Amino acid sequence: MPDIDMSVNLAGMTMKNPIVAASGAFGFGAEYGEFYDISRLGGICVKGLTPKRREGNPPPRIAETPMGMLNSVGLQNPGVDAFIEKELPQLKGIDIRVIANISGGTPEEYGEMCEKLSDAGVDMIEVNISCPNVKAGGLAYGTRPGLAAEVTEVARRHARVPVMVKLSPNVTDITEIARAVEGAGADAISLINTIRGMRIDLDTRRPILRMNTGGLSGPAVFPVAVRMVWEVAGAVKVPVLGMGGVSRGADAAEMMLAGAAAVAVGAACFSDPYAPVKTVDELAEIGRAQGLGRISELTGAVRAW
Amino acid sequence: MPIQQLCTVAAATKLNDYAWHLVLEAGRMASMIRPGQFLHIKCGHSRMLRRPISICEWMGDEPEDLVSVVFEVRGDGTAWLSRRKPGDRLDVLGPLGNGFDVQRKGKYLLVGGGIGVPPMLGCVTPGSIAILGCRSADREMPALTEKFREECKEVILCSDDGTVGYHGFVDAQVRAVLEKEKGFTALLACGPKPMLRAVWRAAAEFGVPVRVSMEERMACGVGACLGCATPMADGTMKHVCKDGPVFNAEEVDWNA
Repeated sequence: MPDIDMSVNLAGMTMKNPIVAASGAFGFGAEYGEFYDISRLGGICVKGLTPKRREGNPPPRIAETPMGMLNSVGLQNPGVDAFIEKELPQLKGIDIRVIANISGGTPEEYGEMCEKLSDAGVDMIEVNISCPNVKAGGLAYGTRPGLAAEVTEVARRHARVPVMVKLSPNVTDITEIARAVEGAGADAISLINTIRGMRIDLDTRRPILRMNTGGLSGPAVFPVAVRMVWEVAGAVKVPVLGMGGVSRGADAAEMMLAGAAAVAVGAACFSDPYAPVKTVDELAEIGRAQGLGRISELTGAVRAW
Repeated sequence: MPIQQLCTVAAATKLNDYAWHLVLEAGRMASMIRPGQFLHIKCGHSRMLRRPISICEWMGDEPEDLVSVVFEVRGDGTAWLSRRKPGDRLDVLGPLGNGFDVQRKGKYLLVGGGIGVPPMLGCVTPGSIAILGCRSADREMPALTEKFREECKEVILCSDDGTVGYHGFVDAQVRAVLEKEKGFTALLACGPKPMLRAVWRAAAEFGVPVRVSMEERMACGVGACLGCATPMADGTMKHVCKDGPVFNAEEVDWNA
């Protein structure tokens, strides 16, 4: 019996399997590369890049929640130029699709980063218009269809690789934003970024996070993510990278049934460093058990009532 | 290079009303440890994040490959951990962090405060002097104090309320020791940030280099998520899990 074909195609970018390390959870790949060969994954969305180096938010940046966590890292990163010079060369030597996640304060900054990263040879650019932890840009672009479309249009014009736009769940109707970025030329859509949340220490009466609020991720957000992937996949024609609380193969399969062409694993790495590779293996096992020839047969195959 | 491993609990004892001591069968991990490193321990199925816990003692050359950790119950995760019994298995990531650079022939002034006392045990050398501080007598860990006494040249106890040892903070004892003793290789310290700052200021008056072990809320433990940031004097952020937990005191932004 021929083995299952795990490869998928995300907006023209082929991957050996549908599992991607989510941005912010996996650094630039080196840390988890000490545990296993990261080329077992389909792709890596690198830590969010900005035009200049950012130190990020003051600590505490992390708070645990029931089946999840809040973070307010605030896009700490070495800047796009340092990434291209110091991190990308090693990543390009690994058989894994490199997706550069970018955030800017103006549409022009997104455009400049798209130029640089296209020249440097990344496989795809993920345009982050949904970071809840920074003041300028970030979430402001992701909650207004007009602004989201403007950023997408500029990124698309400057990029020479596929552009994927990462959406925020912190909106009333996510399909409205999805349609706006598709109309502006997005080649793919990824979702969900984190959901805004807050925790408070009973004794000190202080929020646990120094920034008061942060973004919720982990298994707690999984059903919200599945619902939103399902809504967006039904509203647009471009492929969807689904993420939010995926921690095992069954979750990835569920996300694909909802409409995702590929699936990212994020916060699950913090509980188990091997979570992304285990997800690949478990997903393949599910596909075999269901008698699939290709794992991509799962995408959008939900039989909704 | 860290590894992930299931470790069997060999012994679980209470050191006082607040602190627990777990001995783990740590296998290959035990021979990789440096003083001041930590284990990242998964605490129960309903919990999301691991808990970073400093290593107290280890015996990498023994057939048992034992590693001990000491922790206080601070929340749901550590409460779960405190209910572990011998024979239970724990999902452990480690050893993590940079640790202290301890030379066997070095003479160190070791300063531990509260739950910062246990990791200093791994730094003991025959010429060392230890200053161990706690809030009050009920927070002292007598079993550990005894081990410091067996291996150190001198052990000085103090407490915030004077119920055990000298009445007062550890920095007063740091000054007292440095006034009478010279020739320390370095002062190594672990404890709450205000204590570390006071210790650094005291030692700086005597020109003794200070290295401190810091604490911060942590997620990945391996340098990937950038959650456990701690501000540096030069305005940059470093990360307790990978860059630390041990930092040179002059690098740290003590006003943050």
